[in-house]
Amino acid sequence: MPSPTPGFARAGGAPIGTPSKITQGSQTRGGIGESTLRPDGTLKVTGEFAYSSDMWHEDMLWGQILRSTVAHAEIVSIDTSEALKTPGVYAVMTYDDLPTDVKNYGLEIQDTPVLAHGKVRHHGEPVAIVAADHPETARRAAARIRVEYRELPVITDEASATAPDAILVHDNRTDHHIGHVPHPNIVHRQPIIRGDAAEAAKRADVIVRGEYHFGMQDQAFLGPESGLAVPEEDGGVHLYIATQWLHSDLRQIAPVLGLPEEKVRMTLAGVGGAFGGREDLSMQIHACLLALRTGKPVKIVYNRFESFFGHVHRHPARLFYEHGATREGKLTHVKCRIVLDGGAYASASPAVVGNASSLGVGPYNVDDVEIEAIALYTNNPPCGAMRGFGAVQACFAYEAQMDKVAKELGLDPVEFRQLNAMEQGTLMPTGQPVDSPAPVAELLRRVKAMPMPPERQWESSEGADVRQLPGGLSNTTHGEGVVRGVGYAVGIKNVGFSEGFDDYSTAKVRMEVVGGEPVATVHTAMAEVGQGGVTVHAQIARTELGVAQVTIHPANTEVGSAGSTSASRQTYVTGGAVKNSCELVREKVLDIGRRKFGTYHPAWATAELLLEGGKVVTDGGEVLADLVDVLEDEAVEVEAEWRHRPTVPFDLRTGQGDGHVQYSFAAHRAVVEVDTELGLVKVIELACAQDVGKALNPLSVVGQIQGGTLQGMGIAVMEEIMVDPKTAKVRNPSFTDYLLPTILDTPIIPVDVLELADDHAPYGLRGVGEAPTLSSTPAVLAAIRNATGLELNRTPVRPEHLTGQA
Amino acid sequence: MDFLRPASWEEALAAKAEHPTAVPIAGGTDVMVEINFDHRRPEYLLDLNRVGDLYEWEVGEDSVRLGASVPYTTIMERLRAELPGLALASHTVASPQIRNRGGVGGNLGTASPAGDAHPALLAAGAEVEVESVRGSRRIPIDAFYTGVKRNALAADELIKWVHIDRADGPQQFSKVGTRNAMVIAVCAFGLALHPSTRTVRTGIGSAAPTPVRAKAAEEFLNAALEEGGFWDNGKIITPSVAKRFAELCSGACNPIDDVRGTASYRRHAVGVMARRTLTWTWESYRGTAARSEGVA
Repeated sequence: MPSPTPGFARAGGAPIGTPSKITQGSQTRGGIGESTLRPDGTLKVTGEFAYSSDMWHEDMLWGQILRSTVAHAEIVSIDTSEALKTPGVYAVMTYDDLPTDVKNYGLEIQDTPVLAHGKVRHHGEPVAIVAADHPETARRAAARIRVEYRELPVITDEASATAPDAILVHDNRTDHHIGHVPHPNIVHRQPIIRGDAAEAAKRADVIVRGEYHFGMQDQAFLGPESGLAVPEEDGGVHLYIATQWLHSDLRQIAPVLGLPEEKVRMTLAGVGGAFGGREDLSMQIHACLLALRTGKPVKIVYNRFESFFGHVHRHPARLFYEHGATREGKLTHVKCRIVLDGGAYASASPAVVGNASSLGVGPYNVDDVEIEAIALYTNNPPCGAMRGFGAVQACFAYEAQMDKVAKELGLDPVEFRQLNAMEQGTLMPTGQPVDSPAPVAELLRRVKAMPMPPERQWESSEGADVRQLPGGLSNTTHGEGVVRGVGYAVGIKNVGFSEGFDDYSTAKVRMEVVGGEPVATVHTAMAEVGQGGVTVHAQIARTELGVAQVTIHPANTEVGSAGSTSASRQTYVTGGAVKNSCELVREKVLDIGRRKFGTYHPAWATAELLLEGGKVVTDGGEVLADLVDVLEDEAVEVEAEWRHRPTVPFDLRTGQGDGHVQYSFAAHRAVVEVDTELGLVKVIELACAQDVGKALNPLSVVGQIQGGTLQGMGIAVMEEIMVDPKTAKVRNPSFTDYLLPTILDTPIIPVDVLELADDHAPYGLRGVGEAPTLSSTPAVLAAIRNATGLELNRTPVRPEHLTGQA
Repeated sequence: MDFLRPASWEEALAAKAEHPTAVPIAGGTDVMVEINFDHRRPEYLLDLNRVGDLYEWEVGEDSVRLGASVPYTTIMERLRAELPGLALASHTVASPQIRNRGGVGGNLGTASPAGDAHPALLAAGAEVEVESVRGSRRIPIDAFYTGVKRNALAADELIKWVHIDRADGPQQFSKVGTRNAMVIAVCAFGLALHPSTRTVRTGIGSAAPTPVRAKAAEEFLNAALEEGGFWDNGKIITPSVAKRFAELCSGACNPIDDVRGTASYRRHAVGVMARRTLTWTWESYRGTAARSEGVA
């Protein structure tokens, strides 16, 4: 095994420690492997960064969306006359005002109406849009639109969705999944069958079954949906927008507007977080429609309340598992059935089904598996992409099962996992071999080996420090009823878009001399949503081109698609594209050098040449020329697409196929203290070990791991969108009652980073962003079970679940 | 919406008399949320931020006269000895930024059962001094809360002072929320020992349509303490007494199921908090514990 370099950092009030020291050969400073600082970091911390909601244009109007007040209803009538009469209102539009025959959009299945047509399918569905000269005027005018609904029964779960007389959420489906789903209220179904689980079950000494429920989590990005659409003289529109994927938006927007794609120009505005919630369109088309209708710039900004209705959430899920094992602790088989609630529209549901099923066993070596995952159409809020999608729900359930089996066998839960841990070469349930390092057992060993936080940290000579106790400042205990628990979990996430998707990226790189210095410009359409791509692109350009100065061009659609900022893919794929384009630029620069100076030194013809520190050097370190002299007035520019290895779709009946690009692994140890009488939880520490292949920016890597860890903790103990099962209406669309962890809820998060190169990936890197979100949740749940002895089959757990008062 | 900005208390009273529907605003903790959510669109907002009197407080011989707008931060930092229960409750209000702006007058004006100050005011024993152009009057805290988000104020009255008895014994406050800071109460409990009168007072938040006292529990405990001579002998309160007190406190609740918690959990949690706060205050009274109060 290669020698991994560990790094430590802490969160929760403690200063961030020195990240892992990673060596790299380049003589150029600020290249890959260094913790260069974010270009937007200071601006964001000091409140000076311009987010999409800060944009302003002379003469602009404000758009407002009227949303349905009921979840499922026929629209009997819409009366906009009072709204139109409101002084200051420039336009009111409904379905009837859409300019072309294309009236729906969607990531994969175009089932989402731009504005409701005859029916609303979920609470908060857009019905009409208004443009006015003041946001308050727009709000008041929207409130004057009269919509008459005839309510329909709501479909809220698998039983009501697949009942023989169930109302179809979507009539006359024509999408490519309808042929293989057992019911039209099922978006997609993916079975995965390998070996013979029924036969293998006969070898099992113990069989453990469990049913689990995962709640609906919100991405809760801090910058609500917003954008500015500016009509242009050629009849087109320029949209400044906070999104995760400009070109995907463009493909969905242009046909609805009836414009060719080149007449819809898109520029990325300042994005305040995403986590998957900006993969789908929100106000993009609405703003463009109003701008084109009024001939004026139109800005739309959601408030927090609207944001809860304005984007998809993480799929809630019911998961049924059966695990078998021999007395010696080897898994014999796994059977599972995963039911994801996709809500009213498809969004990313098919891909979530693909992930949940193919990763449903977890990072374990099991030859005999039988998996089924489905996503439902219901009248609940639409669900789609969120950090770790599909894999997060499955990990919560299979890790609970692993603890149960270990307990049944009388084995240590970590040892039991290590006995069954996958390794390089293990076959996935899909039959795909894992063909790069899979240090599952090692990650578990590392989190287990970390020193434990001291006991009873709340005790001081002054009395009990309530900040260290469950309940915190609410002063509910001074130690009474408090029991410590420890839990472990490990997870597996795919990196990149899977199942045959053409998951490419494009980078335009330019090199020229500016002010007597060689400068590189990197232009991509990558959405910087906080992940740090802008930092990493500059590092790659410095490493590959040997320049100090790198300009990151604003992201827009003047350059080819970068694909989505999701699936932990951007450093891999757009990073790969930047690296590739830099290499092509380097070749051109060297060609120029050979042309100009080739006769001066034989090494121009014979040696491997590099660009380092503003110079052309041989691999032996001998300087051949200054880049300034090579380039002179010439600019070298390359725009090129770059692709990772292709994947194939999973077989629709067996789920077999090399569907994934790369896997990423993380393990957690959670230490919690539970007030067992009040059911309050304090997560003391969440230690994480993760393999990142190669840390291009170690500080960013630690930040991603700590953020993902905390987001996973949120769904373990507090975060949940609550939907009334009788009405399918959202009950807590605000930060008053949708609780996010505060800094006082944030545990210490020590991070141990492994770097085992994946030879298929640029620099050997592995996507980082999602894996820590997986294992965090089940580790916290395991620790709470350890403290309380309760079974706890749902997440999040709330005080009433821990005290038998639910 | 008209924005009225009186420069003095007299002007404020006159404005309220002229516009009885005007909604007073000071820190805006509750009012701004309601306006932002469009739950409320008052004709007039009466801004009290320029009324300096409301930011004053005075520690008297027996009681503290607390201006309605004195920020929670000040109560925590300056009145911890005189008003320990209210100081602990103040520390659980929202975030530091909001504690710098919000005051007890807002809690009383909104009269939400979830207001953090209420249990502490009920337990300590307080009077709310309200005034109008017609004159002023003092409303005992027990008579102040008249219904869900309703109080005993007349339409032309404003809250000026809260008179709170200075602590004559240990006081405690506990609140359950699903997060360890910045959270609205699922339920809350305040307890004050009054050795000078040999009585115990309680306050319960978020577990009934209004903030309430657990009167049956108080009576039981007062009798039990008297009977056993506990005030004099300083003995440990017997577990059976603490248990019965906790049960009676749970019994004083009349909670609902909502997004923040179930009714049965609220009853349960109030009982646990009652038992714990009784233990903390009594241990403190006995003077045996080094310090049983929480520090933060």
